[in-house]
Amino acid sequence: MQKRAVFNHRFLPFVLLAPQIAITVIFFYWPAFQALWQSFLLQDAFGLSTDFVWFENYVYLFSDPIYYEVIWTTLVFSALVAIISLSSGLLLASMADKPLRAAGVYRTLLIWPYAVAPAVAGVLWLFMLHPSLGMVARGIKALGFSWNPLLDGTDAMTMVVLAAAWKQISYNFLFFLAGLAAIPRSVIEAAAIDGARSTRRFWTIVFPLLTPTAFFLLVVNIVYAFFDTFGVIDAMTQGGPAQATTTLVYKVYADGRLGGDLGGSAAQSVILMMIVIALTSIQFRYIERKVNY
Amino acid sequence: MAEVRLDAVRKVYAGNVEAVKGVTFDVPDGHFCVLVGPSGCGKSTLLRMIAGLETVTAGIITIGGQVVNEIEPSERDIAMVFQNYALYPHMNVYNNLAYGLRNRRTPKDEIDQRVREAARILEIEQLLQRRPRELSGGQRQRVAMGRAIVRKPKAFLFDEPLSNLDAKLRVSMRVEIKKLQRSLGTTSIYVTHDQLEAMTLADMLVVMNAGNVEQIGLPLEVYEKPASAFVASFIGAPPMNLMKVDAAQAAAMIEGAAIGIPAGGAILGVRPEDLALSLDGSQPNGGFKLDLTVAAVERVGPETFVYGNVLDGADIIVRLPGQDAPATGARVTAVARREKLHRFTADGSRRLDG
Repeated sequence: MQKRAVFNHRFLPFVLLAPQIAITVIFFYWPAFQALWQSFLLQDAFGLSTDFVWFENYVYLFSDPIYYEVIWTTLVFSALVAIISLSSGLLLASMADKPLRAAGVYRTLLIWPYAVAPAVAGVLWLFMLHPSLGMVARGIKALGFSWNPLLDGTDAMTMVVLAAAWKQISYNFLFFLAGLAAIPRSVIEAAAIDGARSTRRFWTIVFPLLTPTAFFLLVVNIVYAFFDTFGVIDAMTQGGPAQATTTLVYKVYADGRLGGDLGGSAAQSVILMMIVIALTSIQFRYIERKVNY
Repeated sequence: MAEVRLDAVRKVYAGNVEAVKGVTFDVPDGHFCVLVGPSGCGKSTLLRMIAGLETVTAGIITIGGQVVNEIEPSERDIAMVFQNYALYPHMNVYNNLAYGLRNRRTPKDEIDQRVREAARILEIEQLLQRRPRELSGGQRQRVAMGRAIVRKPKAFLFDEPLSNLDAKLRVSMRVEIKKLQRSLGTTSIYVTHDQLEAMTLADMLVVMNAGNVEQIGLPLEVYEKPASAFVASFIGAPPMNLMKVDAAQAAAMIEGAAIGIPAGGAILGVRPEDLALSLDGSQPNGGFKLDLTVAAVERVGPETFVYGNVLDGADIIVRLPGQDAPATGARVTAVARREKLHRFTADGSRRLDG
């Protein structure tokens, strides 16, 4: 079978490719290049003069203790989001994998949160957890816990982690469900006959066979937590209180758009860009490597 | 080591589909029982109920005197060989064999000793470090067998274990399974749709059809005296020739004393190998005779199959030794000895004797 498409006209392939290339160049390469260029510039507060300062923005960034705090915040945030959303997704998927009445309804409903826009998800959770408006917050307080995500950094972190993780559970659920469906039923049955009860079967057979899926999802979830949670954070805490929920992405926005430090912000986004490239290449390398069974 | 008893076992699936309709039989300790029947006859469902992979709708299953209806498969102490082998893909052969023993908290040195012994018996010692995907079909089959024997369970269950192998390997594995079962003496229940496998492996043959047991017996007993028209056509290849006849038609086919045909007619059966051809219409064998027009001839070497049409259109197969056969279109007479005839009720459900 011929896999290569053959065109009669020389320029037709280029014309067909042009829209895609144009979009990529205009919306990805051009801003990336601009960020890179801007990260070497220093502008005064009124935008009247611009100096080329080489790596001064980077030097400044890495000598700022706040930046390290934000890195730490991001790591904690990402780890919590990934752990919570992966484990919930796996739990729900392994429960939905059983023959259930109305399994289709159950599965469809579990996928819905993915369709909710990040900012909307943030507002929903804020509504539940808001210290003075939230129903859930009232419940937490009734149980005798202090709860004020608007003032307490840990509470605020808990709140954004919950909202961000909740949104990602659907995605993980879907992939885990597909992963579970790909495990031959007879292998599970053979393990049952071999004397393994369901918990042991899960950890010795099902989970090892799901590791390729789990690894893929881990990378996707980290990328999500690093970059796609901006909307959730902006809607819920705006990075506060006292920067307790400011992640790397939110700091780019806060320093650049709110703080007016375009050079420093650009330097941060270049660093983020390198993180994305690293994560993506890990993922590609892993996917390239054929799964070994 | 244990006997397996089934008492009026039924399986009804959602939607009121009755897959197994009240099956009762005992497999005595150490016996090799083969469940045979066409696809969808309920034989695999029955096996899966014995394994505990399907719930039992009604009836009682006991293994070694213990009612197992409500017992998890992991607690039944049985081993099963699956059609697609169902090896654990992420474990090497050694761990595949050791898995069941580890689940039962067998001491490490005993696991090692038993795994190596099973590997020696099945001649897979050099494969212990390989992953299942690195093995051929026959090797996977051996590992699946090894996983069963290493545990020394009360019973072996086989679910069409040879159907994924090529014809040559199937024959050699069949012989090996039989030898292995003989030497271990473990009660075995084997499901297959292949009547040749069933005949050669079983010391107890259970023929199933549409959720019912049609006949239970020694393989040759079933062959010699099929209990129903279904069994007659299922056991033996090519299948028994069956003709629906009334008393007058029967009298025309059979010389000498009249054969008992009930008022509603009966099904008359004769195996292809019990028929001979008589070119001049005489009957050296005496008894049954039937005029045929030869429609096709198949020569397979040691024997030849002659397909003939009777006047009313029924097809008759005659199995002849050697390669001599009449030409297509020839008029011949097929003859058989009277005692080689089988009679069944008109609906085929029961054998008529005497």
